[in-house]
Amino acid sequence: MAVQQLNVIVATDCGSTTTKAILIEKTPAGYRQTFRGEAPTTVEVPFEDVTRGVLNAMAELEELSGRKILDGEKIITPAKGNVGVDIYISTSSAGGGLQMTVAGVVASMTGESAQRAALGAGAIVMDVLVSGDRRQPHEKIERIRTLRPDMVLLSGGTDGGTIEHVVALAELIAAARPRTRLGATFKLPIVYAGNKAARPQVQKALGDSIELHITDNLRPTLQVENLAPARNEIHELFLKHVMMQAPGYKKLMSWVGAPIMPTPAAVGNMIQTAARQRNLNIVGVDIGGATTDVFSDFLVQETGLEAGKGARVFNRTVSANFGMSYSISNVLAEAGLENIMRWVPFAIDETDLRNRIKNKMIRPTTVPQLLEDLKIEQAIAREALRLSFIQHKALAVSLKGVRRARGFGESLDQAVSGQTVIDMPRLDLLIGSGGVLSHAPRRSQAMLMMIDAFEPQGITRLAVDSIFMMPHLGVLAQINEAAATEVFEHDCLIELGTCISPLNKAKPGAVCFDYTLTVDGVARTGSLKDHEMKLELLPVGTTATIKLQPHRSVDMGAGRGKSVEATVHGGVVGIVLDGRGRPLAIPEQNRQQFLTAWVQALDVYPGVPQAAR
Amino acid sequence: MAHTYTPGLRVTGHARVRKERRLPIAGTVLVQQGARVQAEDIVARAELPGTVAMVNVMNLLSIAANETPNYMLKREGDHVTANEVIAETRPFFKMFRSVAHAPLDGTIETISDVTGQVIVRAAPQPVDLRAYIDGVVVEVREHEGVVIETTAAFVQGILGIGGEVCGEIAVACARDVVIARESLTRDMAGKIVVAGAFVSSDVFARATELGIAALICGGFNDIDLRALLGRDLGVAITGHEDIKPILIITEGFGHIPMAKATHELLAAHAGQRASASGATQIRAGVLRPEIIIPADRAATAPAHSGGGEAGQAGLQVGACVRIIREPRFGALGKVKNLPTGLATVESETKVRVVEITCDDGATIIVPRSNVEAIES
Repeated sequence: MAVQQLNVIVATDCGSTTTKAILIEKTPAGYRQTFRGEAPTTVEVPFEDVTRGVLNAMAELEELSGRKILDGEKIITPAKGNVGVDIYISTSSAGGGLQMTVAGVVASMTGESAQRAALGAGAIVMDVLVSGDRRQPHEKIERIRTLRPDMVLLSGGTDGGTIEHVVALAELIAAARPRTRLGATFKLPIVYAGNKAARPQVQKALGDSIELHITDNLRPTLQVENLAPARNEIHELFLKHVMMQAPGYKKLMSWVGAPIMPTPAAVGNMIQTAARQRNLNIVGVDIGGATTDVFSDFLVQETGLEAGKGARVFNRTVSANFGMSYSISNVLAEAGLENIMRWVPFAIDETDLRNRIKNKMIRPTTVPQLLEDLKIEQAIAREALRLSFIQHKALAVSLKGVRRARGFGESLDQAVSGQTVIDMPRLDLLIGSGGVLSHAPRRSQAMLMMIDAFEPQGITRLAVDSIFMMPHLGVLAQINEAAATEVFEHDCLIELGTCISPLNKAKPGAVCFDYTLTVDGVARTGSLKDHEMKLELLPVGTTATIKLQPHRSVDMGAGRGKSVEATVHGGVVGIVLDGRGRPLAIPEQNRQQFLTAWVQALDVYPGVPQAAR
Repeated sequence: MAHTYTPGLRVTGHARVRKERRLPIAGTVLVQQGARVQAEDIVARAELPGTVAMVNVMNLLSIAANETPNYMLKREGDHVTANEVIAETRPFFKMFRSVAHAPLDGTIETISDVTGQVIVRAAPQPVDLRAYIDGVVVEVREHEGVVIETTAAFVQGILGIGGEVCGEIAVACARDVVIARESLTRDMAGKIVVAGAFVSSDVFARATELGIAALICGGFNDIDLRALLGRDLGVAITGHEDIKPILIITEGFGHIPMAKATHELLAAHAGQRASASGATQIRAGVLRPEIIIPADRAATAPAHSGGGEAGQAGLQVGACVRIIREPRFGALGKVKNLPTGLATVESETKVRVVEITCDDGATIIVPRSNVEAIES
């Protein structure tokens, strides 16, 4: 379809929990997002058809916009007056999280390496099959069948080592004839990352009923562990096959006017485009119901080049089992109750808290009606974001696909090799997206959640996706980049403001830094103490100059005790001065008083009076 | 969000239930197509080759390898029992006798005069596949398994723990009662016990002591579930836990009265045999725990239809709903009004809401996505 004919566009994102529909219309001022509707994603019985949720979301869109979009279950195209749309496009992550089974010949060698590769790719490892484990073959087969893994990682044997055992594992998997959770037409993907000499036999053993993907051996020799190829393959397969698939997916494919994109790919496109157009180092996050996706686009300085020169490196990771509905309980399991509780500014009984989290998992579309519930959800969100970012930093290395072999000693622990490209003091902009951030009742809540989870250092701008539309714009960019960019700039990105934080910690009770914020020639001065937070209002679209004079032990980016002067950007929240130091640690004593003081300073919750400023 | 979410749990008096039963390895199907089977019946069997043990007779008797057959008391194919002497020397003085014992029950597979080793293979290990439900074999898949079909009352829970069991249904208390330890009695051993609104860890322990097959309850505490599993249930994929009794939660976590339709249906079948499984997978392609009561044993079953169907129609004025989030989690009521505009609730979230008249007479406003339609 020619670009100029696209006057009315309807786009959906089928998430694991909610299907979001937006209407984009060409107005005299250009392309604008005009209306939004949503409905629960319908991957469960009684519907088991993702298109039902799409129709429901569109019906809400019709109701709110007054535009007739559906004729029964058919999308009316093209648009004529107030009827129909010119194109329907969609992204999908309805398939949800990634649960894998891994197999290796020796438990402490290839079995563990395979497990690390899968965990590194963000998967939950449901079972580890090992040649010599105590289970009988039929027990292993039964286990594969009942678990219905989304993917299997098969490894075993060093290159030139055992063939027999790894082929026996392949035969075991083939004998199980595992059925995927996503329907009969979907072939189970198996990533083979074992002895390269065994590839033909493994291929033969697995046959045609399985989708085999072969990558480099993750344990080419006993001393070397090479996880990156298997991890990358798992990641790609998850994006292309598992995540998008859901009951009714084929029907959805027949409705759209452009290929359906995986949600993380679409959001990643927008982040990458924004970083390159603005020449900024950006980290973006999209926190969903089942997964949390983190993106980064950094200018990586290369040795010998002058400052500001280098190569831009984009990384995308999908933490497949950190999310706010289907995966909320896994956030509790992985982060631990203490880590969640440290963000909750009131006392709550553990039994009650645990039950609330589990009930959200089993009834994922409920919303927090009580303020107390909202605070709990936002506490969990902090941990989901924090854990996902840790994973991203570990996987975001300078050159994609480079083999990073680990020594034998290194491979015995969980340490991740390679130098991350995420250099927090050089981060210019942090963008948040996803329900818990985009739909937070106050923007200051989104800003504080991101600061707490990502711990920006130095001077960092923050923004949030206004109503969660980055996936939609990412897929729109594939067919009309100008329209996507226009909507992104005008309707999508909400500037929250700037966070100013030291790179290290001040001495307890001491002054962290003094500051002078000059706005339109008027100076506001003040000091920030250790573990104090302050908010200076500065509207969206305005800039100010800030001069920071840190205490002699404090580093604001130029070195300990050295002053920094910079231009800061305003936002709907303003300039957040964060004296809590890095790494962020909440004092055990008087924890609730500290939390209360911080939320007061940023006017985060109702009923808590804002501190005078 | 205008539409409410309902997990779509089926609660019905009449359902056609098909269960595919597959052997883990190729074996023999023991029933014919059209055969009527009981849940405990073995419908197919496979045999795993027995484990192999090597006996180095040459070393044990201090003889040459080629002499091994001469000292054997057993021949290839002979059955042996564990610790039975299978080879011995016959010296002049008996005190200098050397012997070799069978390491396990099994059969002498080979006697090698090259290596002096004897291989003893244990008896094949049968792997039995049971029917799981009472019904009729509608399909036989040679060497693989069967498909069994039955007409049954069918109840799905929201989350379960543990595998498959069968037993008689017993009702221990009313649907809104937090069951006491004393309410579980010895005559409930081996039964599927319907246990009201909430089961505590203490009651669960009592059920284990009594040998109860399954506990069905409205709610359970996550903290108790963690203690039971020895870990946090991160991703809801269950069914392989080795616990007794199995647990099926019908409503959620905490104290929540069992849905009236669910309780009535189960109570109507008290004393009748049923099959139950705790296997659950909450993700796209969801699996729910289930209780299946074959209809030929329960011809008078009431034909309830559960939340799944109720939820499909969407919310309407007069519809019965249950609140599924705090405050008043678990409370029942009727839809009084469905305002079209967005409303701001206590958390300052702007949502579409529903006005409900609760069973206790109070009228409250709740986000639409925080209620589920239920049967009246």
